[in-house]
Amino acid sequence: MRRIVTAFATTVTAIVLLFSYHTSTGGSGTTTAAVVRPVTPAAATGVATTSAAATYTGGVAQTQWGPVQVAVTVAGGRITAADAVQVPTGNSRDDEINAVAVPILNQEVVAAQSARIDTVSGATVTSDGYLASLQSALDQAHL
Amino acid sequence: MSAELPRAGFVEQIMGLPVSVHVRGEGARGPDVAAAVERVFADLREVDALFSTYKPDSEVSRINAGTLAPADAGPLLHEVFALSVIARERTGGLFDVNLPGAGGRTYDPSGLVKGWAADRAARHLVALSDHDFCLNAGGDVVMGCGRADAEPWRAGIEDPREGGTLLGVLERRDGAVATSGTAARGAHLVDPRDGSHPHALLSVTVVGPSLTWADVLATAAFVRGEDAVEWLRGQVGYEALVVHADGRVSRTPSLLVHELAGVPAS
Repeated sequence: MRRIVTAFATTVTAIVLLFSYHTSTGGSGTTTAAVVRPVTPAAATGVATTSAAATYTGGVAQTQWGPVQVAVTVAGGRITAADAVQVPTGNSRDDEINAVAVPILNQEVVAAQSARIDTVSGATVTSDGYLASLQSALDQAHL
Repeated sequence: MSAELPRAGFVEQIMGLPVSVHVRGEGARGPDVAAAVERVFADLREVDALFSTYKPDSEVSRINAGTLAPADAGPLLHEVFALSVIARERTGGLFDVNLPGAGGRTYDPSGLVKGWAADRAARHLVALSDHDFCLNAGGDVVMGCGRADAEPWRAGIEDPREGGTLLGVLERRDGAVATSGTAARGAHLVDPRDGSHPHALLSVTVVGPSLTWADVLATAAFVRGEDAVEWLRGQVGYEALVVHADGRVSRTPSLLVHELAGVPAS
């Protein structure tokens, strides 16, 4: 119980770090709205077992920091893994941050799923903060 | 359990907010659901075009610029005018769309429009029989279950004391959850009576049948401050969870909040 909460805190901090690190490629203050659309399952990685696992790759969200794309693996109605398949890169500092943040994104999605949350109510979430939010992870799981 | 029940999620950024729609049911990934969700998004884009204070050609901007007489505005504006008056009366002036500004009072119905627009757009999802839906517009949620045996939706309530953590979970088959606070955008809530920024509370979450009113009541209670829970007790049909600036959490007596593991909070 407590560990779940701690995991959320740690992961969100790291993801915020990832997306708020303003790179030289990040452009000026203009924000490109991220539009994420449902896609069909990219590839079913599961073999013929009782609870077939399938990997879903979300659409590419164009953010002011660069393109972001997440893939999640669902088995038996639960998310068992999540990976950022595309994250903003541009310089070595980005890569260093991503190396730390991407595995943590994975943990966040799995932790949210183990708490069985469908949605999150909070003080106004803006588009800028969306990609770093738990709601974003929940949405990705069902896109 | 309905672990194998098809489920689909849709996200679009509208009004500067992420809007998510989740649908459960046999046809969740089918064309009827996709069409209904597209109607939801189209509805919200239409509202944005009329009400945005950031778009100079919106009806609200033209009213503020003096180039459109309120009486000449369209029917959706008139609906919001009426709601605005009711909201001010119902909250004793704690909620008011006429905000004090530098050059007199500005008409800014944004605080009312988000919840109202989401409530209104949800009618396209209610119309999907045999499917459950959950619509989240920037942290305000409206839910419905069209299947008789549906499990409730589980809505996590964000903890404003620690970003990304949850206070607990509300289980509901229908109705609305709205949270007002300062967590995401700094001190953006204004006391309409004097233009000050309330600071006694970190967040107010209100649960009830209508998102329009849950949202209005959450904002009004946030402005109300320390005795928000006592004040909200007078609002029949609505329950609330309040986090105070000093970290205390209080709630109305009938609100059932589940801990993350699914154990009811005492």
